[in-house]
Amino acid sequence: MSDAVTPPAAVAGTGIQKRDIGIKRRYAAERRFRAYGLIAIALGILFLTALLYTVISKGYTAFQQTAISVPVTFSEKIIDPKGERAQNPQALMMANYPVLARNGLVRELGIDPKNKKLVSAAGKMLSAGSRVQLRDMVLADPSIIGKTLPVWILASGDIDSAFKGQVDLSVDQARRQVDDQQIAWMNQLAKDNILVKRFNTGLFTYGASSRAETAGVGVAIIGSLYMMGIVLVLALPIGVAASIYLEEFAPKNRWTDLIEVNINNLAAVPSIVFGLLGLAVFINFAGMPRSASLVGGLVLSLMTLPTIIIATRAALKAVPPSIRAAALGLGASRTQMVFHHVLPLAAPGVMTGTIIGLAQALGETAPLLLIGMVAFVVGVPASPMDPATALPVQIFMWANEAERAFVERTSGAIIILLGFLAVMNITAIILRRRFERRW
Amino acid sequence: MNMMSEAAVEAAVGAKTTAQPPIKMQGRLVNVSYGDNQALFDVDLDVRLHQVTALIGPSGCGKSTFLRCLNRMNDTIEGCRVKGSITLDGADIYDPSIDVVELRANVGMVFQKPNPFPKTIYENVAYGPRIHGLATGKAEMDEIVETSLRKAGLFEEVKDRLHTAGTGLSGGQQQRLCIARAIAVSPEVILMDEPCSALDPIATAKVEELIDELRVNYTIVIVTHSMQQAARVSQRTAMFHLGRLVEEGATDKMFTNPDDQRTQDYITGRYG
Repeated sequence: MSDAVTPPAAVAGTGIQKRDIGIKRRYAAERRFRAYGLIAIALGILFLTALLYTVISKGYTAFQQTAISVPVTFSEKIIDPKGERAQNPQALMMANYPVLARNGLVRELGIDPKNKKLVSAAGKMLSAGSRVQLRDMVLADPSIIGKTLPVWILASGDIDSAFKGQVDLSVDQARRQVDDQQIAWMNQLAKDNILVKRFNTGLFTYGASSRAETAGVGVAIIGSLYMMGIVLVLALPIGVAASIYLEEFAPKNRWTDLIEVNINNLAAVPSIVFGLLGLAVFINFAGMPRSASLVGGLVLSLMTLPTIIIATRAALKAVPPSIRAAALGLGASRTQMVFHHVLPLAAPGVMTGTIIGLAQALGETAPLLLIGMVAFVVGVPASPMDPATALPVQIFMWANEAERAFVERTSGAIIILLGFLAVMNITAIILRRRFERRW
Repeated sequence: MNMMSEAAVEAAVGAKTTAQPPIKMQGRLVNVSYGDNQALFDVDLDVRLHQVTALIGPSGCGKSTFLRCLNRMNDTIEGCRVKGSITLDGADIYDPSIDVVELRANVGMVFQKPNPFPKTIYENVAYGPRIHGLATGKAEMDEIVETSLRKAGLFEEVKDRLHTAGTGLSGGQQQRLCIARAIAVSPEVILMDEPCSALDPIATAKVEELIDELRVNYTIVIVTHSMQQAARVSQRTAMFHLGRLVEEGATDKMFTNPDDQRTQDYITGRYG
């Protein structure tokens, strides 16, 4: 109010003094550093996109499978020519079911049944998996013998590849797996909507097979799930208990230092070494079965333990000492302090560490090769003692197959594995976000 | 444990200036070292019943160390050794027959920085009584929680949100919550380690007022950096310097006519 009276204060100096304090150089350094960072991130995104693009573009077709609707006549003459099924149930098991499927297709295509060459070519369009499929139908309901039913039978792997456009038709027909006649039939059937691509449930349910169209990751998923279960049941409690002891109870001396160094080193031991250990201890010494998910789970538990211990100890360390002091000051015992206050606060970190350890174990291949999980397992394992494979091992095995149809299955299995890993990592992030407490 | 008759307690509370109240805790030749560093040298100090004893002195003088000896919180520090004797009602608290959990249930502590558990206000107060089995039912627990919060002068402010997070309170409220939490286990002695150093002046005033009220029921030992605070809340003051007890006496005398030159210099702000 009195500013009209007081004269304005004089401004000292003549603006900001220019001094050579290297401002341009400093800004240049900052810009350079930012550019490096952007380049690094851009490269990372580029490689990730390239990876996902290759895997998905090669693999998405594996989720579809070509099938042919064949009117199958369950002829008694072929299934049970001697009429002995009442006395000998084995007769139904041994019958020549592929012929039923072939005859159905031959009729559908209007081929002269006498022309052996054409009949054989038509038969090769169907998957040999029809044997199991039709047998199971007959065993489930023997009354269908003598009837004619439309059945969706998988096309053979070569027809499947050709129908998906993966076969180069410009090559001379003698040098490819499908000849021109089969292609013509394929196109004819496709036009009538008898030959179609359907969602490939078999990819998730079938076990190992030498025929691509009946090969799936069913056994591998079950084996991986068994192993994840074993790792969770063993590594989580042991790892958390060990970390709590080391962090909250153990005296800090040379021995605990030694143990800490060793745990950190164990986390860096190549996984194949754990496989050798499992082979020597669990299989050769303890006499556990080969190829069993039990042994795989034990080996992966050993491998995951250091990860869980390190993550848990970090989470315990992050709990502020004031919380411990508050609990002890009220007369809580050390165990009460840990289980009532410290562990609940560390739980999100423990969970994150565990899930990341599990994800690591899920993707592990090398140790499983050594304990014989690289096996040709057709039947779904009923227990962890039965032979099984694991997802990454299945990918490894399919990658060694030559057939075109296995290439897409390899990528398809990679997509499934990546899907599992993504789900686990997202769960870890959500858990951490939701339960993270601030103090 | 408490050998005093009620009459003696009455007399102790009433007699502010005349007779000395009886000794609640007593330290004799207390020596503490952390590894190779000795933090306390031959400290002899008495804590008297229903009085506030203030421990003052410059940073690093050992006053917090002494305080933490009184409920054996130093046990949790790696490499800390305590020699000499500290008694509570005549019993040596470092004797192997004394359980540290029981000791801490009798000698509660309030820390420098408010450290409520990241739980509800109710749970913060109920935790101590629960682990010690002091309440037999929900109704009794509710009563303990309410009484403790009332004694800490916090109940009226939080009664509508007992089941919200204790960490959501203001700094001063959090510290009073910590005091309520300590009171809830009915200790005989409450140790306070610079309880107001993280609080603003208004919150500080409330806590100081509270300390004065609590004195009627509890014996309090408080470490403080504020001379005014020591003068306002305490009846006896002990001055520490470089790990030694320099002087101990009635607060009035310490602040008006100290015997030791170092005390004189410290309280007049010449160093510290």
